[in-house]
Amino acid sequence: MTFRVGPRTNQIIAYTALLIMTVITIFVLFFIIGFILKNGLGQVSLKFLTERTTDMGKAGGIFPSILGTLFVTLLAIIIAAPIGVGSAVYLVEYTKAGFVRRIISFGADCLNGVPSIIFGLFGFIFFVITLNFGWSVLSGGLTLAVMILPTIIRTSEEAIKTVPRAYREISYSLGGGKLDTILKVVLPTALPGILTGVILGIGRAIGETAAVIFTAGSSLGLPTSIFSSTRTLAVHFYILAREGISMPKAYATATVLIIIILLINFIAYRLVHRFIARYY
Amino acid sequence: MKDKIAEKFLMVVAFSAILTLALISFFIFQQGLPLIFKAGLHNIFSTHWAPTRGHFGILSMIVGSIMVTAGALIIGVSFGLACTIFLSEFSSGTIQKTLKPIIELLAGIPSVVYGFMGIVILVPFVRTHFGGPGFSVLTASIILGIMILPTIVSISYDSLRAVPKTYREGSFALGATKWQTVVMLLIPAARSGIIAGIILGMGRAIGETMAVIMIAGNALKIPHSILDSVRTLTSTIALELGYATGDHRAALFACGSFLFIIIVILNIIAIRFKGKE
Amino acid sequence: MLLTFTMLTCTQKKAGSGIIIAGSTSVQPFIEQVADNYMREHPGIAIIVQGGGSTAGIQATFNRICNIGTSSRHLIGDEKRLKQILIAMDGVAVIVHPSNPVDNLTVEQIRGIFTGKIRNWKDVGGKDEIIIPVTREEGSGTRGSFEELIMEGEEISDRCLVQDSNGSVREIIATTPNGIGYISAGLVDEREKAIAIDGIKPTPENLISHHYKFCRPFLLLLLEEPKGEVKKFIDYVLSPKGQKILAGNGLIPAVPFNNER
Repeated sequence: MTFRVGPRTNQIIAYTALLIMTVITIFVLFFIIGFILKNGLGQVSLKFLTERTTDMGKAGGIFPSILGTLFVTLLAIIIAAPIGVGSAVYLVEYTKAGFVRRIISFGADCLNGVPSIIFGLFGFIFFVITLNFGWSVLSGGLTLAVMILPTIIRTSEEAIKTVPRAYREISYSLGGGKLDTILKVVLPTALPGILTGVILGIGRAIGETAAVIFTAGSSLGLPTSIFSSTRTLAVHFYILAREGISMPKAYATATVLIIIILLINFIAYRLVHRFIARYY
Repeated sequence: MKDKIAEKFLMVVAFSAILTLALISFFIFQQGLPLIFKAGLHNIFSTHWAPTRGHFGILSMIVGSIMVTAGALIIGVSFGLACTIFLSEFSSGTIQKTLKPIIELLAGIPSVVYGFMGIVILVPFVRTHFGGPGFSVLTASIILGIMILPTIVSISYDSLRAVPKTYREGSFALGATKWQTVVMLLIPAARSGIIAGIILGMGRAIGETMAVIMIAGNALKIPHSILDSVRTLTSTIALELGYATGDHRAALFACGSFLFIIIVILNIIAIRFKGKE
Repeated sequence: MLLTFTMLTCTQKKAGSGIIIAGSTSVQPFIEQVADNYMREHPGIAIIVQGGGSTAGIQATFNRICNIGTSSRHLIGDEKRLKQILIAMDGVAVIVHPSNPVDNLTVEQIRGIFTGKIRNWKDVGGKDEIIIPVTREEGSGTRGSFEELIMEGEEISDRCLVQDSNGSVREIIATTPNGIGYISAGLVDEREKAIAIDGIKPTPENLISHHYKFCRPFLLLLLEEPKGEVKKFIDYVLSPKGQKILAGNGLIPAVPFNNER
């Protein structure tokens, strides 16, 4: 006996299946965040955030890792942001659709897809060994800069593209040169979009493990210069969890990490919305 | 004058992305290729990995990477497309506006957190309910599937939304249900974008390292079932890089070379598909 | 720009007054404790302890990436050009889940398990369950010692799960009822059980009396004769104070000291 289902019933079945799968996905997300926060929130205190790590992470706080994460990320942004925004400006304002634009876009897209472990390998052999920077904030920051560069290029490009033509024309008609127009009209208008890219880059840098563990090292000491080795929060969490050094500390570190990431995503999301609301 | 200098300067800056890509490939290949030639392809494509004793077989890792990625795709694509279609076609504007950023948030969670969830929840679950060590192809596939889901959703959602409204209206006017419209019209129309999203998700799954190390068990043997432990190209690099010297280190860069080639090919395919839209 | 960076590094590196120690992940937790104590007694000097692994530590010493390298295995071939200082001996303990009824294995049985010939716990007097052996990665000092002391030339099976530190092996054994692995004896805690090998358990007494035979050296490595701050620190490690810290953590001191209170 063949059993035929009418298109209406079919639609109901499909709808139910899609609904269930979407609900499962959303549930997984809330479960992950909820699980970490539930187990970790109670462990986080001002003391935990400001104390030095002792006994390999069994005791004490995570201050050196917070500082390390801050330094490495800051360095990455200081290097990647100007280069990324510069590239985007060049792409949008100076090139026409053609070979040059294609090759630059291809570079950014490909770089975007390169897995972080490859950046780790590269950073290790180039910055740590060849340039002899050792395991350091410098090596880690440079590696992360390379890694987040495509994110910043892509988002800034989109942001600059949405600046209306008329803005530029008004500036030109008032006698502004191309550079002046870019600096005084285009970039300020595109700023929220550019900032979104930078913030997403920061988020990626903070959550990264594979690329920094082989370039910034895993020392628990307080980083005092860009040549100090350091252990970022994500690496610290990885080591705590993996080696079972202390589960409460692992949950607490993960909580700090998750809260930072949530905050960053929220800010980026708000910026995008303000940005979109202005032009559409 | 000022404008000319600025243009030249920006041009140099703009080439930095492609330049770093070149620099990365140069260093990875410069370290890895000599060993591939020295050891010979029959040595590289064997399953015997004992790099400190001259055996550089990475076949089991290539197979491992493929298995884990395939598993991740089964989960990531089915759930990813379900979410995409549900959001784009079956839900109101408000739900779309709330749920899309929430799903995209999944992409921001650090991979070590996913790995950790794998260790504390999924590994014991698989071990007690399905058997084996728990560190397995199955565990890694599920976690990686969740990790690549946002990539798939975000790209295929955009391409589904890009299908002109008139397509939908025409189809409804002909008496088709929403589901028929989705299957027969919208998915074929948005095909390129959806495939691009899946390929980029595939790239993420192959390239993921830390989460896989934590949950796959890393045994060198080619798995016989999805409950067996598995070793990927990426986990070999990260597990052994700290300890490796000489030919051993070169062998890890050889793994990196293979990985790099696979990723670049995938990227080129994805860019092609994206460009078709 | 790159050139300025390079120049900056060179000048900075020489100016730095800290000591960088890198190498074996087995030595790391122990030397870190000694370093913590040393820094408390000598404020103003910064000692940074890195992991990386024995082989990496040896390379880092050659390349002057660190001032002191550490190794948890004997040096081989060219590596012997480095100056070695023995700071302690460490037992290699074979560990299982506390719920495992097996308390004792012979060397042959352990070898059989890790070569993949013995695959069920009931073959060595346990429950009817598949054995899940966990080994260390290629290049690890602990794996090197285990191969030397227990495997005697036979190759470790590719069935074994692979982890890259003592801690992660311990974590898997502590959570996997049918697992078996090997780690530094000083790191065994209450969440797993160290079994006796040929009837002898790796207790501190058995280690110090050399009844437990599966021991390996913990070495500090130097490119040249120690001087200045580096020498002061090494002297501290070998002093009764330093040795007491190591012994207190389950290692066998290299320099016998008076253990009175």
